Amino acid sequence: MTETTQPQAWSIQRSADSQFKRNWAKLRRNKAALFGGILILIYVITALLAPVMFPGSPSAPNLSRSLERPSIANPLGTDELGRSILGRVIYGSRVSLLIAIGVVFVGLLVGVPLGLVSGYYGGKVDFGIQRVTDSLLAFPGILLALALVAVLGVGLKNTIISVGISMVPIYIRLVRGCALSVREQTYVEAARAVGTRDRTILLRHILPNVMVPITIQTSLGMGMGILSAAALGFLGLGVQPPTPEWGAMLGSGRAYLFHAPHVATFPGIAIFLAVLGFNLAGDGLRDVLDPRFRL
Amino acid sequence: MKQESLLSIINLRTRFHIYEGMVTAVDGINLDVYRGETLGVVGESGCGKSVTALSILRLLASPPAEIQGTILFENVNLLDLNLDEIRRIRGNAISMVFQEPMTSLNPVLTIGEQISEAIRLHQGVARQEAWSKAVEMLQMVQIPSPDMRVHEYPHQLSGGMRQRAMIAMALSCHPRLLLADEPTTALDVTIQAQIVDLMERLKEEFDTSIVLITHNLGLIAEMAKRVLVMYMGKVVEEASVEDLFQEPLHPYTQGLLESIPWIGKKLKTGRRQLQEIPGMVPSLLEMPEGCRFHPRCSRVMNICSKEEPPLVQKGGRRVLCWLWA
Repeated sequence: MTETTQPQAWSIQRSADSQFKRNWAKLRRNKAALFGGILILIYVITALLAPVMFPGSPSAPNLSRSLERPSIANPLGTDELGRSILGRVIYGSRVSLLIAIGVVFVGLLVGVPLGLVSGYYGGKVDFGIQRVTDSLLAFPGILLALALVAVLGVGLKNTIISVGISMVPIYIRLVRGCALSVREQTYVEAARAVGTRDRTILLRHILPNVMVPITIQTSLGMGMGILSAAALGFLGLGVQPPTPEWGAMLGSGRAYLFHAPHVATFPGIAIFLAVLGFNLAGDGLRDVLDPRFRL
Repeated sequence: MKQESLLSIINLRTRFHIYEGMVTAVDGINLDVYRGETLGVVGESGCGKSVTALSILRLLASPPAEIQGTILFENVNLLDLNLDEIRRIRGNAISMVFQEPMTSLNPVLTIGEQISEAIRLHQGVARQEAWSKAVEMLQMVQIPSPDMRVHEYPHQLSGGMRQRAMIAMALSCHPRLLLADEPTTALDVTIQAQIVDLMERLKEEFDTSIVLITHNLGLIAEMAKRVLVMYMGKVVEEASVEDLFQEPLHPYTQGLLESIPWIGKKLKTGRRQLQEIPGMVPSLLEMPEGCRFHPRCSRVMNICSKEEPPLVQKGGRRVLCWLWA
């Protein structure tokens, strides 16, 4: 046979961002995800523009105006120390956003490498990591975070570390499971066959292929993190007053639930909407990025 | 005409520890690959062809697999090398093309990234240079508009183009030996012919030896000079292509050749029906006594079920059968 026919160059030009565009269109059609995204957007903007939206200190007490009902001057009323609840909810968004990001960061930083190594190498390494993961998963997440706070102490940094660590096993399991299936793919074998190092295979071939579930879990994890941190705050073991934190506000408002319900209600709504936003966005991302993937 | 041997495998035995016990996938095979030649390896699924190839590059996970014997490549025993040394051989001196072009490219990396990765790894060149070499390689495997294709992801290419890309990747470091594990099985016939042509041409260009693993006897006839026939982990016959097709010695090889449909051809028996080899390949866990092929053999003798057949040398050919002893 002489020169074989060249495969026709159809030269279909696909712009690099077409994948992104398609996903974005799908995401927009998903009403729940869109709603979640809008909630997150409002929340982030509030956190960034807090000083503009509420000039003045959210923590300065004004005892002469304690436990006032919602009015023009204080749209959401005041708490037991006369501080504007609106201001504290607005500033609280900064704290909880910081917690959400920090918690997920800790979870990713520890969980993803351990999960990758565990899934890729298997054997004794896997066994070791998985037994530790098992024992961490044996506790309900909040209980584990509580125990860690008991060891580390209260405060913003320790809340982030505690809740973050309680989320680590979730990431380990997720990433390990995905790495297990990806490492059996022929392209991983092919990469090994050209002499690629294990580290390169993990970072360049396996990690990008498990990014979708990680992204989804990150969004869901932020919601979970806010909720857990708020729970710690509610118990008085999280971020300490006078820092405005939704969980702690909820906790202190509990005492006045009957004659000043607004004190506990508004931070509660804030927590609810923030968590709802992240969960809806996470579910939406999952539907868009990988319809086969179900948590 | 004794040429210089590039790869010689001596008494290679690959075993797997599995739940049910020990499975011997490759049982003491010997083979030589000479410089610049194409060696065909044929056999049914599960006869140990692929495991042999993977054993050469030590790509089998080590605890479940146990590899014994000697694999001399340019007079170095690959089984003695440490992990770093074998890694330098992989993709550089010996590379591999896999069966499934659909799954052997990473879906999240562009073709160019994957090819240039191999080049950068072994040639220590800069990113830019590796990239332009990748384009050059794509050109060489006749992918149209390579400077555009190099930016594309595997899903944007057709099966044939992906296999070309795989071949480009495998040959990017000018390996001395190419292990082609069923390189055309997943492609349709017209594309197969193109890929065969391409491999032939590149073999001449780079002076690469090829071990062609396949169950497609037509492909062997087209490309290989010498052929090994494998059955249940053993080499049952070794011959030049002409000899093998004209006068197969082993009953298994005869069966294989008779089970190819020839349009319009009358079979020796006068029937026009296609012959098959009766029975199935037994499980590797229940290896038959004596000759492994005897339960399915059409010319079985008493001794076949009792003693393992000897390797008979017959005019430059080798056959593992009592018939010729």
